[in-house]
Amino acid sequence: MGQSLTIRNLDAWYGDNQTLKGINMEISANQVTAIIGPSGCGKSTFVRCINRMHDTLPGARATGEILLDGESIYAKDPVELRRTVGMVFQKPNPFPAMSIYDNVVAGLKLNGIRNREKLRTAAEKSLRMAALWEEVNQRLNYSGMSLSGGQQQRLCIARALAVEPSVLLMDEPASALDPIATLRIEELILELKKDYTIVIVTHNMQQAARIADSTAFFLNGELIEHGPTSEIFMNPKDKRTEDYITGRFG
Amino acid sequence: MKGRLRKYRNAMMLGIFLLFTLLALVPLFGVLGYVVKNGISALNFDFFTSLPKPMGVSGGGMANAIVGTLILIGIAGLLGIPTGILAAIYLTEYDRVSWLSTAVRFTTDVLTGIPSIIIGIVVYTALVVKAGNFSAFAGGVALAIIMVPLVIRSTEEMLKLVPQTIREAGYALGIPRWRTILRIVLPTAAKGILTGAMLAVARAAGETAPLLFTALGNQYWSHSLNEPIAALPLQIYQYATSPYKDWHSQAWAGSLVLILLVVILSFIARLAFRSRKNF
Amino acid sequence: MKQNRVKESIGDTILRLLTLLMAVSVVGLIIWVGWQMFASAQESIHTFGWSFVTNRVWDPVKQNFGALPFIYGTIVTSVLALVIAGPIGLGVAIFLNEMAPAKVRSVISFLVELLAAIPSVVYGLWGIFVLAPLLRDHVEPWLAKWFGFLPLFQGSPMGLGMLAGGLILAIMILPTIAAISREVMAAVPDSQREAALALGATKWEMVRIAVLAYAKSGILGGVILGLGRALGETMAVTMVIGNRPDILPSVFAPAYSMAAVIANEFTEATYNLYLSSLVEIGLILFGITLVLNAFARLLVWSVARGPKGGHLV
Repeated sequence: MGQSLTIRNLDAWYGDNQTLKGINMEISANQVTAIIGPSGCGKSTFVRCINRMHDTLPGARATGEILLDGESIYAKDPVELRRTVGMVFQKPNPFPAMSIYDNVVAGLKLNGIRNREKLRTAAEKSLRMAALWEEVNQRLNYSGMSLSGGQQQRLCIARALAVEPSVLLMDEPASALDPIATLRIEELILELKKDYTIVIVTHNMQQAARIADSTAFFLNGELIEHGPTSEIFMNPKDKRTEDYITGRFG
Repeated sequence: MKGRLRKYRNAMMLGIFLLFTLLALVPLFGVLGYVVKNGISALNFDFFTSLPKPMGVSGGGMANAIVGTLILIGIAGLLGIPTGILAAIYLTEYDRVSWLSTAVRFTTDVLTGIPSIIIGIVVYTALVVKAGNFSAFAGGVALAIIMVPLVIRSTEEMLKLVPQTIREAGYALGIPRWRTILRIVLPTAAKGILTGAMLAVARAAGETAPLLFTALGNQYWSHSLNEPIAALPLQIYQYATSPYKDWHSQAWAGSLVLILLVVILSFIARLAFRSRKNF
Repeated sequence: MKQNRVKESIGDTILRLLTLLMAVSVVGLIIWVGWQMFASAQESIHTFGWSFVTNRVWDPVKQNFGALPFIYGTIVTSVLALVIAGPIGLGVAIFLNEMAPAKVRSVISFLVELLAAIPSVVYGLWGIFVLAPLLRDHVEPWLAKWFGFLPLFQGSPMGLGMLAGGLILAIMILPTIAAISREVMAAVPDSQREAALALGATKWEMVRIAVLAYAKSGILGGVILGLGRALGETMAVTMVIGNRPDILPSVFAPAYSMAAVIANEFTEATYNLYLSSLVEIGLILFGITLVLNAFARLLVWSVARGPKGGHLV
């Protein structure tokens, strides 16, 4: 099951450059939350704070509080945390030296799970959830790089699902894909929200409108407005949100 | 009129560069041609299976030297390749920009220019004098020192080619950093790293000077790594500078085998790199 | 407000420290090499002082050791090599980088790399049996006939001598000079070339104005790296230089190089002062090549940041 997130007073920096300013936000479990905003507004930094990937970059730091079902993520080991909070990146990034199968079970294997039966089951389950099983079950030993871009991205989703996270962060997961592959990813996201809390960064407002239950608009590192998607798009409270979704800037 | 002069000068300079390039290739074909011609006529089955014969006695081979060279580059590879790869991991994965990594890179580059005979002297004073005898091990250490900077530089280049997103994908799966490096980043660059390592091995295989006072050479089989050991370059050197005709032709044959060994090693390395279709 | 830094796991600490150790050991290695040599050369340094580098006598029987003949032989052969290989190496680099079509380029650059892959001892063998007789019977008599008025080309043709050493070295350092020059020339932005061509420059003028002017310090670096390699090259020189500790003006004459005397006499040095003197020659060689390489690398880095490992160089 998905877990909820509570973000309190989150600030983030790259060196001297503050990229997030005092973010306060509630993210409900088993919902799709879209993060929208012009490029450079801090949306990527925001999701990277949730699984503490932000901290891994040299010169980057974050302060504030993020609670996962009421528990501070900073109380956890960041490596442990990332098994609970999975992530899918902008460009598909399967491990080039691994087969399709090894890609899916990489997170399990490299965390010490050796039982073949268990790995096999997990691989099939994750690939099915990522709607990729039918396409690849005959060639699990092929390189992950042999797949098309859209398949690669679903492989990356399967890889993230295999470690059984409760939250899935997606940083513009369809921006490198063609419209048909994008559609498949969107259908998949709607399927997955039954079991996961999904936070998706997107620069595509139609996409947010199609799949998100709630939408948050970021601008210059600040959270301007967050609410049910229909409200944000039909009836924004803030002038800046309205300007953005009507295409007047950004 | 001035334009015409410029055109002539242009054609002349371009002609000179072409000529220089052809000139540079003359010694290559000269050396390879003689080695192949003189080497093949002296090569026979015995050459690969027999020990050297005493002075003045014809026949014999370099079996012990061929095996010796393989043992020496084996020791050198075992010591030098992991050391070089680990140092390169530090430079790409842990510390790309500090003064320390700049110093390490700089020293690595400088180290490739230190004459190999100097390495021989130092390994002699540090290992041979202390142990009281010349040994295969000391020879291997000397060759490893020659290999390390080459392995560091090539490995570093290859690790730099691994996209950052591959590392992030590992972290995002909750895989600890060290495992991400060893199990994901290294395998991704494996073919390129192997290429660099093979080229370093090929280079070490042809080295003579660092072996003169370490491995020393041996007319017989060595029975332990703690004994002097024969090596192809040493044997070629000894035979080439001797007054015997028979040994001269053996030296040519040895050179042919040595060049084949070096070329095959580099060629395998290159092929491995070409077949790389990852990232 | 608290700082949320990532803590390190044990596995990470181990790998980081292990790789750090290996990286630092490279720096340690070069210091250790210098220190070892310095320590072993002490006896010679104390006995002879500065006269070691000015003394032209090398007599193990009388325990009188001077390094001048070796320094002389090393410098003459290396300078010869540089005079020959410098322009040719640069020419190869210009041809490959600026003139040759892609297919020709890959074939020729492979061949030039192959030149670097041939072991030194094989060059020596070829030098003894092919190059030296050729010099003795054809080249040296010809040089003596036409340029004999110069002391450089006087004396009887011997074959084995400084000319043979210089030529062999030229062949061996050519790939280094060509490869480094190519690397720095490849770092010249195409906009520079286009700017020159747009001014109506011919190809050669473009190379001269845009490429060479831009890359000259890096090319100088490559030439100095070649020089460093020539100074320290051991086997091929040992085999063709003639191995006589004399200082003669003619390049036909046999001589001795620093690396060669170490190679030949190190295992025969029967007493400490003898060995120590040989090590001191090594120490001088180490010092010179260290300084040259450091200087050259700085020059190359200044043009092409972060030089490649230079696989066969």
